[in-house]
Amino acid sequence: MRFDSPAEQNVSDRMKVLGQPLRRIDGPLKTTGMAPYAYERHGVAKDQLVGYPLGSAIAKGRIVSLDIDEAQASPGVVGIVTSLEMERLPKVDWNVAYLFGGREIQHYHQAIAVVVANSFEEARAAAALIRVEYEEDQDAMYDLAAVRQERLSDDVEPIDDIGDFESAYASAEVTLDATYTTPGQCHAQMEPHATIAQWDGDHLTLWTSNQMIEWSRQALATTFDLPAENFRLDSPYIGGGFGVKLFLRADAVMAALAARKVGRAVKLALPRPMSANNTTHRGLTIQRIRIGATQEGKITAIGHDNSTNTLPGGDGENGARATRRFYAGENRLLINRALEIHLPESNAMRAPGETAGLMALEIAMDEMAEKLGMDPVEFRIINDTQVDPSHPERQFSERHFIECLQRGAEVFNWASRNKAPGSRREGAWLIGHGVAGAYRDAPAETSGARVSVRPDGSIRVETDMTDIGTGSYTIIAQTAAEMMGVSLEVVNVDLGDSRHPVSAGSGGQWGAASSTAGVYAACLALRKKIAERLAVDPEALEFSEGYVRYNDQQTALSELASSGAITAEDNIEFGDFRSEEYQLATFGAHFVEVAVHASTGEIGVRRMLAVCDAGRILNPMTARSQVIGAMTMGVGAALMEELAVDTRHGFFVNHDLAGYEVPVHADIPKQEVIFLEGEDPYSTPLKAKGVGELGICGVSAAVANAIYNATGARVRDYPITLDKFLDRLPEID
Amino acid sequence: MRAFRYERAGSPQEAAAAAAAQEGAQFIAGGTNLLDLMKLEIETPSHLIDVNGLGLDTIEATAEGGLRIGALVRNTDLAADQRVRRDYGVLSRALVAGASGQLRNKATTGGNLLQRTRCPYFYDTNMACNKRKPGSGCAAQGGYSRQLAVIGGSEACIATHPSDMAIAMRVLDAVVETVNAEGDTRAIPLADFHLLPGDTPHIETVLAPDEFITAVVLPRPLGGQHFYHKVRDRASYAFALVSVAAVIQPDGSGRIALGGVAPKPWRNEAAEAAMPNGARAVISRLLEGATPTEDNEFKVTLAERTLAAVLAEARG
Repeated sequence: MRFDSPAEQNVSDRMKVLGQPLRRIDGPLKTTGMAPYAYERHGVAKDQLVGYPLGSAIAKGRIVSLDIDEAQASPGVVGIVTSLEMERLPKVDWNVAYLFGGREIQHYHQAIAVVVANSFEEARAAAALIRVEYEEDQDAMYDLAAVRQERLSDDVEPIDDIGDFESAYASAEVTLDATYTTPGQCHAQMEPHATIAQWDGDHLTLWTSNQMIEWSRQALATTFDLPAENFRLDSPYIGGGFGVKLFLRADAVMAALAARKVGRAVKLALPRPMSANNTTHRGLTIQRIRIGATQEGKITAIGHDNSTNTLPGGDGENGARATRRFYAGENRLLINRALEIHLPESNAMRAPGETAGLMALEIAMDEMAEKLGMDPVEFRIINDTQVDPSHPERQFSERHFIECLQRGAEVFNWASRNKAPGSRREGAWLIGHGVAGAYRDAPAETSGARVSVRPDGSIRVETDMTDIGTGSYTIIAQTAAEMMGVSLEVVNVDLGDSRHPVSAGSGGQWGAASSTAGVYAACLALRKKIAERLAVDPEALEFSEGYVRYNDQQTALSELASSGAITAEDNIEFGDFRSEEYQLATFGAHFVEVAVHASTGEIGVRRMLAVCDAGRILNPMTARSQVIGAMTMGVGAALMEELAVDTRHGFFVNHDLAGYEVPVHADIPKQEVIFLEGEDPYSTPLKAKGVGELGICGVSAAVANAIYNATGARVRDYPITLDKFLDRLPEID
Repeated sequence: MRAFRYERAGSPQEAAAAAAAQEGAQFIAGGTNLLDLMKLEIETPSHLIDVNGLGLDTIEATAEGGLRIGALVRNTDLAADQRVRRDYGVLSRALVAGASGQLRNKATTGGNLLQRTRCPYFYDTNMACNKRKPGSGCAAQGGYSRQLAVIGGSEACIATHPSDMAIAMRVLDAVVETVNAEGDTRAIPLADFHLLPGDTPHIETVLAPDEFITAVVLPRPLGGQHFYHKVRDRASYAFALVSVAAVIQPDGSGRIALGGVAPKPWRNEAAEAAMPNGARAVISRLLEGATPTEDNEFKVTLAERTLAAVLAEARG
């Protein structure tokens, strides 16, 4: 079905199952270890061998020679595939770096060989015996700051150049000109990339861990030059993705190449120390922000000049992205400089662009409020806009940013905050409060599903939608239960299989809204089919408690399907009205209290509150889990997460989970999440939008602003580790 | 991981003898560090001597009024021991500030002293590291060195010793007891146990290849207030940027050792004389001659400020 106009009253509005805080239907499987992840699927293919990859020891250059003799002779080795056996394999545009093949090295830990052996231990030991000689390029550039300095005068096509920014800024009564930096960040997902591959003739099956099944099927077709139909991917459980599993990656390509070479199934996981440099990261940014305003706090000019790293063909982390639409201001100049340097591939990570952009913009807003002598909540309220500042002819479908701020201020007791930076002390600790706004687009993508009523009265849903730990299983089951009038227990959901209808997949915060709309469409088709079978007008049917009721009659679903399952399939496509006439987005406000040790600079986050405006919430429990997880990630970005660059050798040095620190439980305080009541009929028939990426937007800046408020020391360089403000803390005795 | 031979030792002296008999042999106890390093081929022992069956897992009072801690006492058990908590609080606090519950359940007293550095260049076998491969150079010099040593390092190596336990033991003047293949025993003050890197950063302790740690002895309790203040980038499961182990007496005198700043627990008894003059005076003596990098020069200030926090807490 096409979604061509705003949703009206429909079956999903019953909200008997949808909208309820229900536990994950896959929860017991996961907590008991019964949900198999890719590397654990021992039963799917017989006689699995194990592959172990070798990554490049240099960042840029080429392989001169690659000696596998010793490795080949190592115990248990069945075969070795090296990148010198083939030309560089083709890739789709989604991938920026090439994944395998040829002599050229584009980045550190690029996959250059895979050893296949009877056991993991044998494969790993043999991989260490491969001898590689390299020729390193001497002209490689690994330092974003240096490259930016050289190229700041380049003419770059702005993202937005509206009004006359330079004059408006020059004549503004109050101005801010500050530069912020955010480091490369690692997805650090729990489950590493992993794949089991098995060929049958020229047909390949991959049991893998991937957020976007159809994208990857198409990518495989390009890489192996075979029709897409020849590939099957199955990815029912995914131990975290955050964007690092959006695309086909080297684990799948190497497993496939290895399986083809040895003629048996091969499983392979990327070892953790290889993950950071072999896969993708959130790009580094250097962001210059200029804001001009009137004495009354009305923004008249806003400039955001973002520089970020990418390999050729990518966009990096576009920090100016959220600034396009977040705040009013007639004169706007927004630029993204995607600078080619030779670090590994920067690509999507949770709320790409918005996350890093708001880490900077929302400190700038705090600094501006201080210059104006205004409450930062009030300053944001004054500059709210109900139209897209980039295209003022377009309205926001629903925008309740002001309500997020006001509600949050009330619940957090913002009025009792520390008002003068550095002035509140409890024993050895300085106490501070910070606020930040959150903005994230609410896209939707075509999504399909197949739904059946089965002879036992159960409902089965099949779609290639994925659950990356987000709760997809549960909200899809809720949607089907609501639409078909059954209880959640009798809905059976099968995800992540490319044999199922193509869905929107998990990414860009579009998964929940799109996939449930696809299930809605398929359920409508099934209801219509049932109506036809009963020769009744579908509108006259009522589905509830496992029965179809019509004209004072009722039939059990099990009875209808007694002679065989009734199945329908459809997808939802989103009409242009959604983007041409409206801007759809989600909004939020984050409030944070921190304590900073006045002597050592140690930081403890003491309270966190998020207020979210994201349309109808399909499941408040799983949505809350998304937001508190994102808030945790935001604390990590604020306080500790940084892929440290070695600008001599061109790689991320701290490439394991001991070196790349993410928050532990002891870092995270009580987290409160409030969802504003509401629905967005412009979004989908279910009037829902995503929350998974909204949750991380703005969090880090709220922490940063709280640290400033506690200490009086402004840090514009993330992560805010104590060494960056230690010398600005109160004198010691 | 390379293939290796494996044996179980029957007694401490047998363990030492086995080490003498086999080139490339190493002892394995908790394995919390060694196994990781073997998987990455940073350590490539050809022979492992499992010492887990040797007992050595009790904590006993000594005639001198101190404690003898068996080399195989697990970190969790040591931290929880009532006598340690009562009389050697700095040690108990240092232990629970280290690693995670799971690791502390496995890690042993002897093994903890022998941990290798967490320098990221030591961990990446593509990079030059004199400690991992003598003579290959030091990629950490001029590289990412935020976590690394500010004092006691050399041109060849600026790695830090990662142990928390050892910092507290240094403050307590602990003594390491060993046995060798001939059955000779010796007692090594912890102060003399770890070596500075000099030109040979791969040699980290004074232990002979066939020398096996049997116990660590703590002298009689010092009294006073015990502190272990570990500053790090997250609240748990992270190595120290700077840690301060201190025992402060009611008259303001006391002992202090620093972690996170040097290749060994860093203490200088002469610096402790400055304790009544405050943190800055103590640290300026203790870290005199420090040669930090741009990445880690903050550690000098942080050490001052952390000791200041400890002294303030001691004053109450």
